[in-house]
Amino acid sequence: MASLELQGIVKRYKGQAVLDDVSLTVGDGETVVLFGPSGSGKSVLLRLIAGVVDPDAGRILIGGEDVTEVDAEFRGVGMAFQNFALFPHMSAFDNIATPLEARKARPDAIRAGVESVARLLKIGHVLSHKPRALSNGQKQRTALARALAGEPPLLLLDDPLRNVDAKLRFEMRLELPRLLATRGATVVYVTQDYKEAMALGDRIAVMAQGGIRQLGTPEQIYLEPASIEIARLFGDPTINLLDVKPSRDARGIFVGLSNVQVRLDGASEQAVGRDCVIGLRPEALSFVGPDTAGAIPVTVEAETPLNEKVVTLVRTVRGREILVSRPAGTPGPAQSAAHLAVNAKSALLFDRATGSRIGSGRRREVAA
Amino acid sequence: MEHSSPIERVLRAVALTLVVLFFMFPIFWIVLMSFQTNETILRIPPSVVFEPTLSNYKALLSGRLETAAGTLELNFLRTLWNSIFLSVTSVAVSLLLGVPAAYAFARHKFRGSEDIAFTLLSFRFAPPLLVLLPLTIYFQQIGLANTYIGLIWVYQLICLPLILWIVRGYFEDISADIEYAYRIGGHSWFATFRKIALPLAGPGIAAAGLLAFIFAWNNFVFALVLASADKQPVTVGALAFVTASGIQYGQIAAAIVLSITPTLALALYAQRYLVEGLSLGAVKG
Repeated sequence: MASLELQGIVKRYKGQAVLDDVSLTVGDGETVVLFGPSGSGKSVLLRLIAGVVDPDAGRILIGGEDVTEVDAEFRGVGMAFQNFALFPHMSAFDNIATPLEARKARPDAIRAGVESVARLLKIGHVLSHKPRALSNGQKQRTALARALAGEPPLLLLDDPLRNVDAKLRFEMRLELPRLLATRGATVVYVTQDYKEAMALGDRIAVMAQGGIRQLGTPEQIYLEPASIEIARLFGDPTINLLDVKPSRDARGIFVGLSNVQVRLDGASEQAVGRDCVIGLRPEALSFVGPDTAGAIPVTVEAETPLNEKVVTLVRTVRGREILVSRPAGTPGPAQSAAHLAVNAKSALLFDRATGSRIGSGRRREVAA
Repeated sequence: MEHSSPIERVLRAVALTLVVLFFMFPIFWIVLMSFQTNETILRIPPSVVFEPTLSNYKALLSGRLETAAGTLELNFLRTLWNSIFLSVTSVAVSLLLGVPAAYAFARHKFRGSEDIAFTLLSFRFAPPLLVLLPLTIYFQQIGLANTYIGLIWVYQLICLPLILWIVRGYFEDISADIEYAYRIGGHSWFATFRKIALPLAGPGIAAAGLLAFIFAWNNFVFALVLASADKQPVTVGALAFVTASGIQYGQIAAAIVLSITPTLALALYAQRYLVEGLSLGAVKG
């Protein structure tokens, strides 16, 4: 097994830095998800680790050994590509066998290796087919099988579920963690899907503009996003963001939402008097009776049932739109005039100018 | 397929027939001519009704041409063999040099790579006559004039840029990820070139090779200046039919039929490789 260490990686294309001083340590057997929008440098970083692209600066260590100057074929990693990258002129069997052939394994050992990994991925019945005869799901599994076949200590998965349909993606999202656990390999996984990132990652590295913006467990990223940008990337429906200016009185810090004082008990003193953005997750809002303290009057605009939850679009007195989500089956607003309560503990305050979150280290107990 | 009315289909068939007739007529007429004597060919008005004769082919194969002015020695088979030898060898050398070069240009963007690739292409812009004069002088000085090696070398001006540029495009069309995947699997770059890039660019290489073969086969001016009688290809050899006693149209036609046969056969044979898809469902489209 192998740990992975990236030290100050820089990569430029035509003078433009796509990776700017990226450092990351992935522990032995850990799964780290690189998450970010397209163009944030995730795929390039993965190719650098694999050794098919060379960094302009920085070092790459696999298992404590500096492999920066080592060619791809000697790094002993496995990689699955977003576009599958199967060899079109070879059968699925030969595709999966390529890493084993490279080691000059005996034919019966190759056969045994391919068949065991094919069984694991349930593609044993299509091994004789050429890639063009495979469905997208089978192609994707073949590509994964090929990456796994050599039993690499370090596995790089470049958005392998991107090009498969929603049902299969959901299945694989459940199946992959078990699959990766049986291999015990260290995994770096690239995705643009926040659900995939949360489901698969021991830790998530949120990337943007060629750098890692936040590194933490899925819980930390969701509950303590470092910036507005990151808060917006995680969660469906997306987080509600409202401009506020927190003030304080004898009872503590509060913000004014639709002329109602909403108490923020956990908020940091630094936020007082600053132009802020308050982030309210749709599930941190709930419909309450008009008499509840701190209830915000709103008008219900639309309601969308989404199987396990119901999302309601409401409009505040000042005309701002807010999304509220509640578990399906729970009672919603009876009429168009309704009131909202805010779960102050999970409210997030961001600096409006810089976008970064104000006050940290206070939310641990919320997570627990 | 889209639906079309019967009238539409009939019209399309008529149009296609007209186009095919238009383009195939010269070849058809040449074939007819090759079975006629000079007298019937030069009849006015011309007619498709005639008594076929094999005398033209006999003359070509036996190497003896009987004309009104007497007997003429012909070297047609020799020139045919020269054409085959020169074209095949030139294309082989071009493939050997051009395919790895095309791969390098497609995959490795080094300093000046575009300039070098373009310079190679620019060989095809220059009028052949422009290069011929200095080339002839050089070749005479270094003893390459009137040698097969010299001719094959000059033919690289025709074949190499063609193969380089066509094959390069095919290599560029192969997703780099496919090659990355093979290398990450533990194979050297040379194994990747041999086992992945070459087979996937196969149809392109075949197409480029065929095209280069046709261009080499049809070349006239290089061979005319640089080769003497025993090294001449058919294109130059056909000049022999313009004799003192007149132009031997029948023999020319027969020579043309014989000389287009190899390229035609090759094109028909290679066709199925040419149409074969390139990516074959490798990556998601």
